Amino acid sequence: MSKLDSRIPKGELAQKWSDHKSHINLVNPANKRNIDVIVVGTGLAGGSAAASLAELGYKVKAFCFQDSPRRAHSIAAQGGINAAKNYQNDGDSVYRLFYDTIKGGDYRSREANVYRLAEVSANIIDQCVAQGVPFAREYGGLLDNRSFGGVQVSRTFYAKGQTGQQLLLGAYSAMSRQIGKGSIKMYNRHEMLELVVVDGKARGIIARNLITGEIERHSAHAVVIASGGYGNVFFLSTNAMGSNVTAAWKIHKKGAFFANPCFTQIHPTCIPVSGDHQSKLTLMSESLRNDGRIWVPKKMEDVHAIREGKLRPRDIKEEDRDYYLERRYPAFGNLVPRDVASRAAKERCDAGYGVNATGEAVYLDFGSAIERYGREKAAVEKIENPDMETIRRLGKEVIEAKYGNLFQMYEKIVDDNPYETPMKIYPAVHYTMGGIWVDYNLMTTIPGCYAAGEANFSDHGANRLGASALMQGLADGYFVLPYTIGDYLSNDIRTGKISTDLPEFEEAEKHVREKLNFFVTNKGSKSVDHFHKKLGKIMWDKVGMARNAEGLKQAISEIRELRDEFWKDVRVPGSIEEFNQELEKAGRVADFLELGELMAMDALERNESCGGHFREEYQTEEGEALRDDKNYMYVASWEYTGDPGKSVLHKEDLNYEYIEVKTRSYK
Amino acid sequence: MDLTLKIWRQKNTSSAGKMVDYKVTGISGDMSFLEMIDVLNNDLVEKGEDPVAFDHDCREGICGMCSMYINGEAHGPDRGVTTCQLHMRKFKNGDTIYIEPFRAKAFPVIKDLVVDRGAFDRIMAAGGFVSVNTSGNTMDANALPIPKDDADEAFDAATCIGCGACVATCKNASAMLFVSAKVSQLALLPQGKVEAERRVLSMVEQMDKEGFGNCTNTGACEVECPKGISLTNIARMNREYLKASLTYSEK
Ligand SMILES: Cc1cc2nc3c(=O)[nH]c(=O)nc-3n(C[C@H](O)[C@H](O)[C@H](O)COP(=O)(O)OP(=O)(O)OC[C@H]3O[C@@H](n4cnc5c(N)ncnc54)[C@H](O)[C@@H]3O)c2cc1C
Ligand code: SF4
Ligand code: FES
Repeated sequence: MSKLDSRIPKGELAQKWSDHKSHINLVNPANKRNIDVIVVGTGLAGGSAAASLAELGYKVKAFCFQDSPRRAHSIAAQGGINAAKNYQNDGDSVYRLFYDTIKGGDYRSREANVYRLAEVSANIIDQCVAQGVPFAREYGGLLDNRSFGGVQVSRTFYAKGQTGQQLLLGAYSAMSRQIGKGSIKMYNRHEMLELVVVDGKARGIIARNLITGEIERHSAHAVVIASGGYGNVFFLSTNAMGSNVTAAWKIHKKGAFFANPCFTQIHPTCIPVSGDHQSKLTLMSESLRNDGRIWVPKKMEDVHAIREGKLRPRDIKEEDRDYYLERRYPAFGNLVPRDVASRAAKERCDAGYGVNATGEAVYLDFGSAIERYGREKAAVEKIENPDMETIRRLGKEVIEAKYGNLFQMYEKIVDDNPYETPMKIYPAVHYTMGGIWVDYNLMTTIPGCYAAGEANFSDHGANRLGASALMQGLADGYFVLPYTIGDYLSNDIRTGKISTDLPEFEEAEKHVREKLNFFVTNKGSKSVDHFHKKLGKIMWDKVGMARNAEGLKQAISEIRELRDEFWKDVRVPGSIEEFNQELEKAGRVADFLELGELMAMDALERNESCGGHFREEYQTEEGEALRDDKNYMYVASWEYTGDPGKSVLHKEDLNYEYIEVKTRSYK
Repeated sequence: MDLTLKIWRQKNTSSAGKMVDYKVTGISGDMSFLEMIDVLNNDLVEKGEDPVAFDHDCREGICGMCSMYINGEAHGPDRGVTTCQLHMRKFKNGDTIYIEPFRAKAFPVIKDLVVDRGAFDRIMAAGGFVSVNTSGNTMDANALPIPKDDADEAFDAATCIGCGACVATCKNASAMLFVSAKVSQLALLPQGKVEAERRVLSMVEQMDKEGFGNCTNTGACEVECPKGISLTNIARMNREYLKASLTYSEK
C-alpha cells in the first residue's frame, strides 16, 4: 500500500514556499514551447492557471462545457475574496489569516498549504487590480473591505455582490489575451470524459464535443483538473446546474485518491425551497450577515400566527425575538462560521420555530441596520432631527449601494420586498471542502495529473471560511501551479509530442463510447432528473447537515439500490452524434451515484464531529461539535479499487507545529 | 396554471426549423421560466420524445448562458432580469407563450433555442483586456487611488454578462452595447487607459468582421439589457473610437 507523500518542504513555516520556489526545477523558455498542458475547467482556478501557463510559454489547451470560459460557475460568487493586506490596520497579518483558516477548518487542513495560501493572498489583489477588476472603493480612492464569518478583522475585498463575476472576467480577460495570441487553444462546449494514462503518467484526455457529439483525443505532457466542486450530488444546491464531479471522478477511477469526500459546506443563508419543481437554490451572500440579524420568534404562539399570516414579522416586539446566534455566540454573533450558523438554524427549526409554511426558514433582518445607516447618513448630510421616514429612506440607500443586486435577486424569486420585510432564509448545500487529494505541488497521486480550485481538497479542512474559495482558486492558478508544474515537466523536455494513436488512447476512447452507447440504447422509462432528485433526497436526509451511523448505513444501501435502478431504467433520448443535453446529464448523474456512496462511507468512518461534518453521536451537551483529535486528525484519502463500496482508505496524518490545536469556540 | 407554448424547434445549424405547439399544465407562479421548461422536458423525455434544447447554467442571472426570445422580447416580459430569473407569476392561466432563440446573423442556431455566441469571445480576444502578465509582480493595489465615481462607473459597465440580448433585440443586430461596456470599463480605469486606443480599434474591427450590424441609436438594447448597461457607454465608445482613429498609429 502506497504511503501518501505530501511533499511538504522542510524548514520554517514562513520560509517553506520561498525556499521551495527557489529550489524547484525549471523549464527554460525554448523548451516550454514543446510542452503541452491540458487544463480542464476555466473557472477561477482553471482560467487563471491556463492564462499563467500560457504566459510562461507552455502550449495550453483549455476545456469547458459552457459556451465560453466566462460562464464558469465561479461567475456566481457574490460576497468577496480574502487577502491579508491589513489595509484597515485592524491587526490583520499573514499569520492571522493562516490561523483563522486552520481554526475555521476545525484543524483538518495542512499547515504548510494554508500558510502559503495566506502568503500569496495579497498578491492576488494587486494582480486583479492591475487587470482592471473594479473592486469597491472608498471616497479616498482606496480599496474598501468588509467582514466575513469566523474572523474579527475586515479583510474581504469585494465588488458589490458580484465579486466572483469580476474576478472571473479578470481571469477570462487574461485568457482572452492568450487565446488571441494563439498560446491557449480554447475548447468551449467540450466535456472531458476520461483521463488517458500512459506508463503511469497522465498523458491526455478523451473529450466529447457537445455540439457535434464527436469523441476527441487530446494529448499533453500534463493534465490539470480544475473542474469545481461536487455539491450537486445533493441535486438541490447553490451550484450552477452544470457543476459536476465527472472530471474529478474519472481521474479518481484512474488512480487519483479522493480526500475527505464527506466534508460538505451547508451555507446558512439561502432562499428556502418553495416547491417540488425547484431546480436549484439561490444563495444570499454571507456578506449580508455584516448587517443582517438572524432571528426567530421566542413564543410558539407568534410562530403560528406568522405562519397563518395573522402577524407580520415587524409586529413581533424586540423582546419577543430570539436572536439566537447573538444569544449563543456573543463574541462572534451573527458572524459565526457557516457550519455553526447552519446548525443553529436547523436546531431552531427542528424545535418548531421555523417561520414559513414548511417550518424551514428563519429571518435575516435589516431593520436595525437600515435605521443605523440612516441616522449616520442624516448626520453626514446635516439633516437635523430627521423623522423615521427620512432615516429609513437614507438607510435603504446605503443598504442598496452595498447589496443592491442581492436584494433584487431575492425580490425577483420570492416576490417580497426585503427592504420592508426581513428575508426568509434556510441552509443549503454550497461548497465541497473534500476533493481530489493533492500534494504540496498540487499533484494528485497520478504523476502529471494536477488538481486545482474547489476540485482539490487542499486548504479548507472540514469547513471553509467565507471569501476563501475565490482566494484559493486564484492562488492555485496564478501563483502556485505555474511554478510547481515546472518541477515535473522539467523531466519531459525531451519527450516530444505524445501521440494520440497509442493503445491507451484507443482503449480510453472505446470505454467512453461504450458508456455513451449504453445510455442512448437503454430501454428505460425514467428521466435522468428522476434519479438525480432521488439521490439528492437520500443525501440531504442522511448525509446532510447532521449524520448518524444508522442513517449513513441506510444511505449506502439505498444509493446502491438506486444505482442499479438507474442503470436498468434510465431513459436518454436522441443519439450520441448530436447536441444532446440529456446524455450529458446522464453521465454526470452516473458519477454522482458512485460518489454519493463514497461520501456516506467517509462520513461513517469519521467517528467525530468536525466543521461541516456533524455526527449526532458526537456532540457536547450544548450541541456543539465534538472533535476527536486523538483518532481522527488525518486526511481520509480513498483509493478506488473497482467499486466505490470497496474503496481503500489511506490516512495522511496532520501535524500542527505552529498552531496550538484547541477546541473551536466562537462564544 | 395551464399554458400553450409555441416553441422553435430546429435539429441543427443546417436544418430548417419551425414552431411547434406544446401544452403544459399545473404550472405554479413560483416556478422560474426555465423550471416551467424543465416540466415540459421531463414529460417529453418520459414519452421518448426529444426535449427542447436551451442554454442555462447558474439560474440566477449572472452567467449569461440562458437566452430565449419570449413573446417577442429578449429574456421575456420582465425588466432587469434574465430568462432564468423570470418567474411564471408574470403570466396567467390560459396564456399562449412564443419561445424562440436569440436571432442574429452572428449568432447561428446550434439546436432549438441554443445559439453560438462565440463571436463575443473573439471580440474579447481581440482586445478586451489589460496587457499585464499574471506574475503578481505588480505594484501594491492601493498605490494608485482611483476616484470612487470612476471605479463605480467602471463597475457598472463591467457587470455585462455577455448574454447577447442587446444583439437579439436590436433591429440591426448590433453588438455596440456589449462592446462598449468592456471598452468603457477599461477606459475609465487608469490601468486600462494605457492601451485604450489600440483596444477600441481592434475590438470594433473584430465586431465588424463578425457580421454584427451598425448602431442607429434606437436604444432598444438598453431597455432589454438585463444588467441595465447604459447607452452612455456607446457614446463613450464612439468618442474613444473617433479619438483613436485620428491619433493612433501602430508603432
Ligand atoms: C452562489 C455561490 C456564491 C459563492 N460566493 C463566494 C464568495 O463570495 N467568496 C468565495 O470565496 N467563494 C464563493 N463561492 C465559492 C466559489 O465560487 C467556488 O468555490 C469557486 O468559484 C470554484 O472555482 P473553480 O475554478 O474551482 O471551479 P468552477 O468555477 O466551478 O469551474 C469549473 C470549470 O470546470 C469546467 N468543467 C467541469 N467539468 C468539466 C468536464 N468534465 N469537462 C470540461 N470542463 C469541465 C466547467 O466548464 C468550468 O469551466 C460561492 C459559490 C456559490 C455557489
Ligand atoms: S450589454 Fe446587456 S444585453 Fe448586451 S450582452 Fe451585456 S448584459 Fe447582455
Ligand atoms: S442561467 Fe445564468 S444567467 Fe440565466
